[in-house]
Amino acid sequence: MGRTLAEKVYDAHVVRQAEGEPDLLYIDLHLVHEVTSPQAFDGLRMAGRLVRRPDLTIATEDHNVPTTDLLAPIADPVSRVQIETLRKNCAEFGIRLHPMGDAGQGIVHVIGPQLGLTQPGMTVVCGDSHTSTHGAFGALAFGIGTSEVEHVLATQSLPQIRPKTMAITVENTLPYGVTAKDLILAIIARIGTGGGQGHIVEYRGEAIRALSMEGRMTVCNMSIEAGARAGMIAPDETTFAYLEGRPHAPSGAEWEAAKEHWLSLRTDDDATFDREIVIDAAELTPFVTWGTNPGQGVPLAAAVPDPAEFADPAARSAAERALEYMGLTAGTRLRDVAVDTVFVGSCTNGRIEDLRAAADVVKGRRVADGVRMLVVPGSMKVKKQAEQEGLKEVFSAAGAEWREAGCSMCLGMNPDQLKPGERSASTSNRNFEGRQGKGGRTHLVSPAVAAATAVTGRLTAPADL
Amino acid sequence: MEAFTVHTGRAVPLRRSNVDTDQIIPAVWLKQVSRTGFEKGLFAAWREDPSFVLNDPAYAGASILVAGPDFGTGSSREHAVWALQQYGFRAVVAARFGDIFRNNATKMGLLPIQLPEADVERMQGKIEADPAKEFTVDLDRRELRCDDGGVLSFEIDDYTRWRLLEGLDDIGLTLRHADAIASFEQGRSSWLPVTA
Repeated sequence: MGRTLAEKVYDAHVVRQAEGEPDLLYIDLHLVHEVTSPQAFDGLRMAGRLVRRPDLTIATEDHNVPTTDLLAPIADPVSRVQIETLRKNCAEFGIRLHPMGDAGQGIVHVIGPQLGLTQPGMTVVCGDSHTSTHGAFGALAFGIGTSEVEHVLATQSLPQIRPKTMAITVENTLPYGVTAKDLILAIIARIGTGGGQGHIVEYRGEAIRALSMEGRMTVCNMSIEAGARAGMIAPDETTFAYLEGRPHAPSGAEWEAAKEHWLSLRTDDDATFDREIVIDAAELTPFVTWGTNPGQGVPLAAAVPDPAEFADPAARSAAERALEYMGLTAGTRLRDVAVDTVFVGSCTNGRIEDLRAAADVVKGRRVADGVRMLVVPGSMKVKKQAEQEGLKEVFSAAGAEWREAGCSMCLGMNPDQLKPGERSASTSNRNFEGRQGKGGRTHLVSPAVAAATAVTGRLTAPADL
Repeated sequence: MEAFTVHTGRAVPLRRSNVDTDQIIPAVWLKQVSRTGFEKGLFAAWREDPSFVLNDPAYAGASILVAGPDFGTGSSREHAVWALQQYGFRAVVAARFGDIFRNNATKMGLLPIQLPEADVERMQGKIEADPAKEFTVDLDRRELRCDDGGVLSFEIDDYTRWRLLEGLDDIGLTLRHADAIASFEQGRSSWLPVTA
């Protein structure tokens, strides 16, 4: 009987298997950031333990970093202490760190792939739920809590119960102007925020194969918003072309050996999944969320739904609550919803291709009066590349703010936040209540829709301009 | 980790679905580098509303949270578990949990109890009718008992149950297999990247 991609990668990392116990899984790469690690390092110190494999561990500063003046000390003393704590811990335990201002600094899920550290067939973990991003390379990558961060630091392994598998096959091709972000928002709306619970999702099909690595990362990134443990895409020539020549990618004979192995990382024809979903890409249009969880989304051309139309009582009351929080009325056309903030960035859509897509739309246009548009590259390297391509000038000429790299307004742990009642079109991943700032209202969109929205001040697709 | 065997206490109904970890503890609270003091951040935004259920004096001191489906979705922040525990909760009952939240809870000794949605709603109704009602969570017997005689069985895998009953530290358990980890490391492919 054949095996799925997820099963192949999982099986290849089992250190120990015993009846009635979880499997012990080896971890190839552990990504660390300042927010979910301090208590884990404290735990090591209290138990007198060391980091087993600092050479398989890498740290960056991303959640708290300001995106304006990198030379000034962090104004918020609590944020500053958290950053300083990471620096002390990395120095003490011998972990390589990309601090603020470093050319390699950036959002943890942007720098792993960028450095070539994320490779097909690996196991990757991080104390961050969007670790699922790395599954775009055919790696098994998932988010963990601080207790598990401490466990991986100490043992380079994790006890795991074998997850179930789920296939999401996206047939046909995405229409012009419909992006990876629209696709994943449509998938989450279809299966719900709990739809993937307990499963590793494998995205397959013609539309997935046609996506760039950036697009694949956007899709896998939001697997967690459908409740999935991880998202994966089988590696192919697109993957290899992205990886080749990156600082940590193998080279020469090693590259050939690795590639031969990577080509075996695909679901066997006779393998079966615990659950299968089929989506027709040709039917999709630009998508936007109207509520307070990522499953509450509809096509941009639609209207705000009426809670009374939800059959499930829990979904109905959630919709009622969401409309109240969002200040929206059922039946309002989403194209008539005005925003005051546009955020382009995050581990979902902060890569070079995302910035290019947004720049394409604002080029030669102006951000509408009364709207502020923040463009926050996912890493310092993305920022540099964008500047070399002239994107900074495009954004600045349009009246957008060009910032330093970090998580920024995706979760507002730094000063980039919405004020109560403010409404954003955001390329990030979560429209939860207060996610972008207390009382803030978030509509999740693609970079192209975000940019078009900045131009008109209302939720807008580029085709509407 | 604190062991969990049997716990008796009052419960509080949280009739909301999709309670994500950003609601359980907003990001601004995650800047702390200590492991304590998170109870102040529990449901921080919702607690500003005087009509929020945790502000109802009838439920003061309750130690079992009975929530809507998909509790603990979203961010991996273990601070959500710490906040619930430090506020005084020992168990959370829901029809579905976010995977990472459930994992984090069992690492810390906060018991996630998964029950069918209809049972959860019935339980919420019972609590609302009489907030003084006491419930007993018996992990050994995998039972949730109400003081009116009602008994609900819940599932939890044997290994997690054993670890919770004994209050065992996962790292200590894994380190018993340090030799197996070392021998696995010998067989890793030479092309795999190192960060150094």
